[in-house]
Amino acid sequence: MFESLSDKLSGVLDRLTGRGALSAADVDAALREVRRALLEADVNLEVARAFVENVRQKAVGAEIVKSVRPGQMVVKLVHDALVETLGGEDSGLDLAAAPPVAVMMVGLQGAGKTTTAAKIAKRLAEREKRKVLMASLDVKRPAAQEQLAVLGRQVGVETLPIVAGRGPVEIARAALEDARLRGFDVVILDTAGRTHVDEPLMAEMAEIKAAANPHEILLVADALTGQDAVNLAKSFDERVGVTGIVLTRVDGDGRGGAALSMRAVTGKPIKLIGVGEKMDALEGFHPGRIADRILGMGDVVSLVEKAAANIDAEKAAKAVEKMRRGKFDLDDLSDQLAQIERLGGLGGIIGMLPGVAKMKDQIAAAGVDDKMVRRQRAIISSMTPKERRDPDVLKASRKKRVAAGAGVKVEDVNKLLKQHRQMADVMKAMGGAKRGGMMGKLGQMMGMGAGMGGGMPAPSPEEMEALAKRYGLPGQGFAAGAPGIPDAPPPDVFAKPKFPGLAGLGGFDPFKKK
Amino acid sequence: MRGATEAGMADDDEKPGLMGRLFGRAASPAPRVPAPSAPATKPPTWWSRLTRGLSRSSTALGQGVVDLFAKRKLDAATLDELEDALIAADLGPAAAKRVREALARDRHGRDASEADIREALAAEVERALTPVAKPLFVESAIRPFAILVVGVNGSGKTTTIGKLARKFVDEGRKVALVAGDTFRAAAIEQLGIWAARTGATLIAGKEGADPAGLAFEALTRAKAEGFDVLVMDTAGRLQNRAELMAELAKVVRVMKKVDPAAPHAVLLVLDATVGQNALSQVELFGKTAGVTGLAMTKLDGTARGGVLVALADRFGLPVHFIGVGETAEDFAPFSAKDFAAAIAGKGGDD
Repeated sequence: MFESLSDKLSGVLDRLTGRGALSAADVDAALREVRRALLEADVNLEVARAFVENVRQKAVGAEIVKSVRPGQMVVKLVHDALVETLGGEDSGLDLAAAPPVAVMMVGLQGAGKTTTAAKIAKRLAEREKRKVLMASLDVKRPAAQEQLAVLGRQVGVETLPIVAGRGPVEIARAALEDARLRGFDVVILDTAGRTHVDEPLMAEMAEIKAAANPHEILLVADALTGQDAVNLAKSFDERVGVTGIVLTRVDGDGRGGAALSMRAVTGKPIKLIGVGEKMDALEGFHPGRIADRILGMGDVVSLVEKAAANIDAEKAAKAVEKMRRGKFDLDDLSDQLAQIERLGGLGGIIGMLPGVAKMKDQIAAAGVDDKMVRRQRAIISSMTPKERRDPDVLKASRKKRVAAGAGVKVEDVNKLLKQHRQMADVMKAMGGAKRGGMMGKLGQMMGMGAGMGGGMPAPSPEEMEALAKRYGLPGQGFAAGAPGIPDAPPPDVFAKPKFPGLAGLGGFDPFKKK
Repeated sequence: MRGATEAGMADDDEKPGLMGRLFGRAASPAPRVPAPSAPATKPPTWWSRLTRGLSRSSTALGQGVVDLFAKRKLDAATLDELEDALIAADLGPAAAKRVREALARDRHGRDASEADIREALAAEVERALTPVAKPLFVESAIRPFAILVVGVNGSGKTTTIGKLARKFVDEGRKVALVAGDTFRAAAIEQLGIWAARTGATLIAGKEGADPAGLAFEALTRAKAEGFDVLVMDTAGRLQNRAELMAELAKVVRVMKKVDPAAPHAVLLVLDATVGQNALSQVELFGKTAGVTGLAMTKLDGTARGGVLVALADRFGLPVHFIGVGETAEDFAPFSAKDFAAAIAGKGGDD
């Protein structure tokens, strides 16, 4: 989500940032384009208007900060307005009530209520150790109740046994009763999908609310929704008083306009976002970070958190030490690759890096994908421990064996070895030199990875931008730096450090930094 | 196999309640006018269903148009606002601009009444949509005629298949439904219930099975057993998920092994509430699965489905069906004129 809005907005704003002075006309022109970008991203018309007006007013009254260029000032104003529109504070589920706390899911057909119900149940059960009961009140859609029951089994959460012939209100009562008797903390009520103009069903929803007295009423809405998102959110809110919004399919290439609009119009916080089909693909919603992502500033904070949760700190420290001494063997490379996979693959990492979002297409075009990472690990695991420690022993016949073992061609093995050699060389160089000359640049590149943990201060978005331009655009340098891309352009001096930049992730020590 | 009319009857019994719901706030329910030539059991005319379904949406835009144009010239400021109103109907900036320009060309500076504006707007939208309003042609000579149904999660694929099954069974065809959504919990059961309701045959594998393998088996079996139509469901997938799109490509590839011309039609199901993302859906599903036509669902909300205009401008793919409710009857061929009139807030005749 948000990529395309991000592309457009950063394009518009790029043209402003480089300039020393801005006229009112410049700002106006830029804001017109911002408005169009918002509309193309399905931001509600009224919200887009108000957004642009908000920025314009602030721009007129903005204090001139000496050290900041006017263009950067506008970027900041747009960023602030985005955060404001998205809801400022982070907001999670509120379960502070006498158990059993009822949570009711409402929304259109196909918004993802049932899946989300199961995801929330899993999250509450695992992270907060709550005892959760789910009940499907959807007696309309064929097999909807079975779907929740199956999901319940998958995530290890109990569901209310299905009794044929019961109405939704009755089921809600039974679920709460059962939860009270058996000591459940939370009851999640999954209701049937309904359109907000469907009067009898809206009335039924109000009845369910009256019967179950839910503490949270979550409107589940599809991030791909267009201009209608606002009507939808408004009508549900007016009818039952929504307490929060869960946005689903945020992993699609939708443009997030619905998120901006629904929050702005209802004033209800977006509490959670669904980011995939797996049952743990549910995340909190952080307006500030999302605003960063929209403006192409990356979301380093989320990446760091992800890294902290997924990277083995001890291993990472060892790898850093090895790198420093210039002893970076294939086992280490394999570990690094495994970490990339754990962080959501190359795509996942790249998407969160500042300034890199724009290069996404080029990266995709170069065929850098996670399959490649997997294949490289396969090559390494087809080697003997000795070969991994000392790749120089790999001569033709060994290479043939390794290639056959990994199901690749010998040239793929060669590519991997070459890549590893280059990385090891760069690392050796890095170990000695600090800043200055080319090494300084390398240091900065490391900053990209290391900014997430290596210890160097994270560069500002402007610096990142400049870096991305300098290194990213010519000959897909970024892609070239990643290991073993088929037919990658010959790595130039600037391409080399790219992968170490990523590998710098390994240097992250989450515990020390906090 | 076709004796499942009892199941069908259950749906028919629901109809009054359904009509009540469909027509929601309308003061009086629509008269049940039997369609002239269709079988006697057919519901009220399609047009009344569509306009009542769409009326809520079109009044929103219609209202805007009244407010704007009651006593004004069609000058630049008015056109700006018209463009905004079109954007609010999900036409998207590009299509809205095109429609605006077309209106400006003919009528700039003239006095224009509300009716004029609606008329012109409807005409312009209709002009864009007419070339794509084509029914799904099921060639009887091809047996089985294989239809693959694709779309993002929750767009309404399975329900649409249920409706298609009803249509084909009513036409006297022998229909197989293939439960290709092996991923989502209880998706197979859901399609099974539709098969039972409509009297189609369900071909299903196990949950978690490879949908491509199922496609191969199902098509082979349908061929051997002389089915007329085979409709294959697929798991919902977001179009930017490369691995899931690759899985879909495999389904198509495997179907071609049984019959090089299969799938004979690939239907992309779009939710009416979808915004400009529909453009990306059509592009990427088109690339992967060779989409041959579109179906738009859930037009019974306030969503206007205006993105169809943008899609027609850009891709020109046929729009076969629209869906306006949850029963098998809430489904009909797409009509450019009706749709355009509804978008422009022009009332129906009945």
